[in-house]
Amino acid sequence: MKTYLPPKFIVERDPERCIQCQVCVNQCSFENHYYDAEDDVVRSHEGKCVGCHRCVMFCPTGALTVRRNPLDYRENYNWRSEVIEDIIKQAETGGVLLTGMGNDKGYRIYWDHLVLNASQVTNPSIDPLREPMELTTYLGRKPDKVEIDPNTMSLKTRVAPQVKIDVPIMFAAMSYGAVSINVHESLARAAAEAGTLWNTGEGGLHPKLYKYGANTIVQVASGRFGVHQEYLDTAAVVEIKIGQGAKPGIGGHLPGEKVSAEVSMTRMIPKGTDALSPFPHHDIYSIEDLAQLVHALKEATNYTKPISVKIAAVHNSAAIASGMVRAGADIIVLDGLRGSTGAAPKVTRDNVGIPIELALASVDSRLRQEGIRNWASLVISGGIRCSGDVAKAIALGADAVYIGTAALVALGCCLCQQCHTGKCAWGICTTDLALTKRINPDIGARRLANLLRGWSLELKDILGGMGVNALESLRGNRLHLRGVGLTDTELEILGVRMAGS
Amino acid sequence: MTEKVHSEKTSSVVKIDAYGLSHRELNEKLREVVSNGTQKIELRNVYGQRYIGTDLNKAVEIEIFGVPGNDLGAFMDGPRIIVRGNAQDGCGNTMNNGEIIIHGHAGDIIGLSARGGKIFVREDVGYRAGIHMKEYQDKKPALVIGGTAQDFFGEYMAGGVVVLLGLNLKEGEPHKARFIGTGMHGGVIYMRGSVDNYQLGKEVGVAELGEKDYQTLKELVGEFASYFGYNAEEILKQKFSKLYPRWLRPYGRHYAY
Ligand code: SF4
Ligand code: SF4
Repeated sequence: MKTYLPPKFIVERDPERCIQCQVCVNQCSFENHYYDAEDDVVRSHEGKCVGCHRCVMFCPTGALTVRRNPLDYRENYNWRSEVIEDIIKQAETGGVLLTGMGNDKGYRIYWDHLVLNASQVTNPSIDPLREPMELTTYLGRKPDKVEIDPNTMSLKTRVAPQVKIDVPIMFAAMSYGAVSINVHESLARAAAEAGTLWNTGEGGLHPKLYKYGANTIVQVASGRFGVHQEYLDTAAVVEIKIGQGAKPGIGGHLPGEKVSAEVSMTRMIPKGTDALSPFPHHDIYSIEDLAQLVHALKEATNYTKPISVKIAAVHNSAAIASGMVRAGADIIVLDGLRGSTGAAPKVTRDNVGIPIELALASVDSRLRQEGIRNWASLVISGGIRCSGDVAKAIALGADAVYIGTAALVALGCCLCQQCHTGKCAWGICTTDLALTKRINPDIGARRLANLLRGWSLELKDILGGMGVNALESLRGNRLHLRGVGLTDTELEILGVRMAGS
Repeated sequence: MTEKVHSEKTSSVVKIDAYGLSHRELNEKLREVVSNGTQKIELRNVYGQRYIGTDLNKAVEIEIFGVPGNDLGAFMDGPRIIVRGNAQDGCGNTMNNGEIIIHGHAGDIIGLSARGGKIFVREDVGYRAGIHMKEYQDKKPALVIGGTAQDFFGEYMAGGVVVLLGLNLKEGEPHKARFIGTGMHGGVIYMRGSVDNYQLGKEVGVAELGEKDYQTLKELVGEFASYFGYNAEEILKQKFSKLYPRWLRPYGRHYAY
């Protein structure tokens, strides 16, 4: 069938600069560039470029420019080019539209409507360059009260297991299979260096990464891939994945093409078969059932580590979160509307779920009202872009955040949204052995650790500016936030006052 | 409820009275006993305690008198559990290795996501038995059910062997399960007696048994018969049908790229 899809990008090659070295031909996994042997020149196919910039970065002479195709449809606010092109794609395939990364639609980003406070005159700010500044965070259930034996001065209360992180930023769940082994290794090593945690996602843990167990969160999802005793024993935290912000309510299909020999070994399924994660966990149809799996995992790990439960932020998150905490979750994770994915139906990614800022505020408020906020740590993810977002999230009530997209951008990702194709030219979202090599774990770990270092320094500046010397003083302290350009209802849900008031 | 727990070492069988113990206390006890090198444990007065057999990871034998609770043998890796009574839901959940032999009925989702080990049930099982069982290299879980099963039997199967014998059905009485093998994309189901097409999920094909199928069946039915005092040859005399996944990738055409 002839496709009616116009090219999305135009690739221009400056003939003055191009030296026909074919670097772009080798770098482009979408086969946009090719070498025409007859004419001895490098050329482009129209319509293959996805705008990932790999060739532009690697062209030794800077001969390439990638531009959006200027071909315009007649102006129509309703029938935008994306809408038209989606229909064309489906008319040509009859399938569910797949996509990668997070929701790219213009839903309000509340971080951009929240501003932080600072000290002026009435209390001094603190200079983090010269004074100690504390970002340490403990994840896990905190007791209602602590009792100390007056004779021995030792703690009488039996405290639930806690995991210490030096920065309140962790790497979000990305499964091996969705991302490459070198990405996993980069994340694991950076987490170990920065004193934080990374998350295996639902595809198991490659044996060569077991040594990073103390910095690893392992996931147990509906597919139960690669879940066995050693996997659970190795981890610092075990996370039950109920949902994901990019695709609330639905499962996942890792296509057989991505199930290579190594992925097969880690997921413990035959090579080349589809890895199907059912929509629900079939042993969880209620909060009581969730409690059962939480405790099954506590038993399986002999109560030595916190059990986390991750859900997508949806309309009823506050009530569900209360149930999760009461079900015994030591950590609860909310993944918002803008959370990313290696592959999701576009209709779900773009239309289902709620913004993380609102979910966070309402869950934190609800748990406080019920007097159970200390029973679990609250972690959020889905659209954290910078340390400013982190600080605002902490002030809204989060104990820590997960970053996924930001971590991949640090590794080279430029949000071309082609993760579902398995052809990621940056070697991130692929299991193709040739492409995988493009991420060098030494360099990857360095870039990620640098990012965390930069954000930590910035967080300390923000805290110092506020005149506090510990993240704990900002946590859940919404008086440090003010809203700009928000309605009364939005301010009420966020529990934040209008700037100027 | 804090009745004293007796555990005495008699002829290397450790007896534990589970009466009044919470699952946490009972499992703590089991861990302790197993770490002492005990080979055989007898659990008396089990009244619904969950997760028995979890986190032991040794080839210990546990004989249970009473009704163990949900998630019996969840994540289990090695033990052999014999239940003198019925089992509840989630038996063998995500099990990696070991055996569960139930002298009675079992509830829903038995063998959920199991990747290894064997489960034998003398009577009936509930809904979604064998759901999403998997296999990997030499790991191939087996679930053998003496009676019949409820709907969504073998749903989403990705590997392993499930056998449904229907021994408690009357002459000519059919299995009643519907949506059998819905979403199946691996593994095999053997059913004794005939099964109507309307009962099958659309991803399932029906075939005659081959030489290799009979070999597998003979072994599993033989084992089943030896546990529950049946005559394997008698059971194997009746016709079996083989249910298999028609496509290894049932959702291959689901997406637009
Ligand atoms: S990488 Fe640059 S210089 Fe080399 S062939 Fe491509 S466009 Fe020309
Ligand atoms: S991970 Fe790769 S494929 Fe996905 S958006 Fe980033 S660069 Fe593109």
